[in-house]
Amino acid sequence: MNPTTEPHQADLLYSEAEEDLRAAVRALLTDRNDPARVAVRAEEGAPYDAGLWKALAADMGVAGLLVPEELGGQGASHREAAVVLEELGRAIAPAPYLTSAVVATEVLLACGTGGSAASSLLGDLASGRRTAALVVPFATGPEALRLPGGTACMVTAVADAATADVLLVPSTAGLYAVERAEAGVDVAPLVPFDLTRPLATVTLTEEAAAAATPLAGAETALAAVRQGLTAGAGLLASEQLGLAEWCLEETVRYTKERHQFNRPVGSFQALKHRMAQLWLEVVSARAAARNAADSLAAGSPDAPLAAALAQAYCARVAVHAAEECVQLHGGIGMTWEHPAHLYLKRAKADSIALGAPGAHRETVGRLAGLPTPA
Amino acid sequence: MTTAADLRARTKELLAAHPPATTERTAFLRARFDAGLAWVHYPVGLGGLDAPRGLQAVVDAELGAAGAPDNDPRRIGIGLGMAAPTILRYGTDEQKRRLLRPLWVGEEVWCQLFSEPGAGSDLAALGTRAVRDGDHWVVDGQKVWTSSAHVARWAILVARTDPDQPKHRGMTYFLCDMTDPGVDVRPLRQITGEAEFNEVFLSGVRIPDSMRLGEVGEGWKVAQTTLMNERVSIGGSRIPREGGMIGTVARTWRERPELRTRDTHQRLLELWVDAEVARLTGERLRQQLVAGHPGPEGSGMKLAFARLNQEISSLEVELLGDEGLLYDDWTLRRPDKVDFTGREAGYRYLRSKGNSIEGGTSEVLLNIVAERVLGLPSEPRTDKDVAWKDLAR
Ligand SMILES: Cc1cc2nc3c(=O)[nH]c(=O)nc-3n(C[C@H](O)[C@H](O)[C@H](O)COP(=O)(O)OP(=O)(O)OC[C@H]3O[C@@H](n4cnc5c(N)ncnc54)[C@H](O)[C@@H]3O)c2cc1C
Repeated sequence: MNPTTEPHQADLLYSEAEEDLRAAVRALLTDRNDPARVAVRAEEGAPYDAGLWKALAADMGVAGLLVPEELGGQGASHREAAVVLEELGRAIAPAPYLTSAVVATEVLLACGTGGSAASSLLGDLASGRRTAALVVPFATGPEALRLPGGTACMVTAVADAATADVLLVPSTAGLYAVERAEAGVDVAPLVPFDLTRPLATVTLTEEAAAAATPLAGAETALAAVRQGLTAGAGLLASEQLGLAEWCLEETVRYTKERHQFNRPVGSFQALKHRMAQLWLEVVSARAAARNAADSLAAGSPDAPLAAALAQAYCARVAVHAAEECVQLHGGIGMTWEHPAHLYLKRAKADSIALGAPGAHRETVGRLAGLPTPA
Repeated sequence: MTTAADLRARTKELLAAHPPATTERTAFLRARFDAGLAWVHYPVGLGGLDAPRGLQAVVDAELGAAGAPDNDPRRIGIGLGMAAPTILRYGTDEQKRRLLRPLWVGEEVWCQLFSEPGAGSDLAALGTRAVRDGDHWVVDGQKVWTSSAHVARWAILVARTDPDQPKHRGMTYFLCDMTDPGVDVRPLRQITGEAEFNEVFLSGVRIPDSMRLGEVGEGWKVAQTTLMNERVSIGGSRIPREGGMIGTVARTWRERPELRTRDTHQRLLELWVDAEVARLTGERLRQQLVAGHPGPEGSGMKLAFARLNQEISSLEVELLGDEGLLYDDWTLRRPDKVDFTGREAGYRYLRSKGNSIEGGTSEVLLNIVAERVLGLPSEPRTDKDVAWKDLAR
């Protein structure tokens, strides 16, 4: 048996429309997102800039890329959302895009849009007026999903819960939507390793659980959450790609300018080889990330493998790029002032988010028919 | 512009006029060349149709499906990948007409007389001398690591024509007839036991000036075309998943559960991921070529495949346990083609060591990526403005 003979034949390039979208997002982020401000806001406990989110989500409409037009979205696909994530990663821009516009949106779409509750929520998310967070620990990958026994629960390390308007709460009872501001909902912020992505512990009392809106029954809920996590993992690879790309470009730029021993440090072969190696990894990460985005967009049966593959690969590349960025900047790379640390923290946290590389490799092994030893 | 549909139609015509089942192999290949379907991006009359390179896959797929013979590219890799593009770029009309067809068909095998004992990575240091004698050149020197020299009819050769110039300037590029009595080819045994490459001694070899490629003293410039093509030999067609060495070890894993351990499982999964990503990277490069925007990714692919081949075959030898202690055959043989994947795991492990040396070492390729792709400054150099004859050796 060789279960791997029919891979999805992905279009791995960027279309013209995708390049236009990239240019628009990049221009906005260059204009509105200053990494120095990012660090300051993060320390003040409010990393998200509401103005930036409005410009991005509502004015440009990128929050609704995955949502069909009839539900108020753009009717685009994971390919375009991936491009947005590349740019967000590149600019280390804090925004609840991955959690709300990708994971929560994908979960709601997978619930079936027949129900009016899910549909109207999708319209809200697509317009960028409101955001939602899926209440599972951010480290949870599609395969590791364990749901609590009831909607009244306590879940820790939930990404973007503190800023979300709506919480999507999956349990063995099904999937429910709860307003964050509702009585009996407690969202206690944690100190995140990645300053640009807030985490919180979410606690729901029985009272809040009783007031929750049902979105899907147990079976659909499980599949929908899994689908959301798979899409999240697959597209997170694009954020990691953008992040790694910035780290490489910035490191090349800096080492060309920085002089020691009467020559640019970037002329020393020990450093050149490290940057060349990183370039090869970034180029490869791009192929893996595009493959995941295209497979998800096509709804291919190969998508879970493509997403796991991309995550297993790109997570490592982003961490490597950020680590090299710090090291090759020398002392300045170690400072709070230089943005490199924001990238390092995001890269490291991203590598755990939605399943660590090892977990994704296990998934690849299962789907590629490479069984574990007895 | 030639389209995929045009090529499909032309291929069908070729197959109708020369049914593979009843046509002799060489005759079919010649007909394919004459129909412009050999390498579609080559000019009309020289085996091509001036079509986009990426469309070659269309022709190959049609011919493959019809069971047509191919030109056994592994036997004539140096001709196809290096000699041909250089002749196409710098050759005279006469040279192109005489040489390209038998090269592509495989009637004439080519080898590459570049490396010397004193000039490997630093190819421009080479010392084989070519001295003008009327309308001929007389060549003396020694070349080494010359793959396929024992089966070659022709060689691409770089020799020094002016030792008083700095090393990059005084070289000239020639097309050398390997049947010249002054050419002495001796097998050079390699770590696999066989002798795929050779030492080639050149004593008083006479090359007509009409077999010079490019201007006198321009050998380095001409050689760049050869070297660039050597490094960017990315195929025109999709590589299937598990198409390379990873496929062999994955099959072993599936078929032989008794060999599995936790450690080898982890390493297999890591390499499977890397191999699949490398496949996708190559596929993305191919799509860029088809779209007419070749990316610089090509310069990285050889690096990636060298590492993968080495690590995968290394894992495979270990996975095999007792069998990994054995070797199929150390007999000195002189194979007529280069084969990275044939034979057994131990052979693959040893042969793949060459993948990071031949065609530019991985260290040199990293230098190239750093300088040409990333634009990083070069190391300070002491050899650029000194006459070749005054260099340290
Ligand atoms: C299987 C095989 C087939 C071959 N076939 C042919 C052929 O058909 N025709 C032909 O002409 N040649 C052929 N070669 C030769 C090949 O091109 C050379 O071996 C190669 O270019 C390296 O040169 P070298 O062996 O002299 O090593 P050296 O150049 O002496 O290198 C020794 C070590 O130093 C490193 N090094 C050298 N320069 C630098 C630098 N600037 N920066 C960092 N590290 C450096 C190298 O990476 C290597 O690790 C073949 C080689 C092999 C292994």
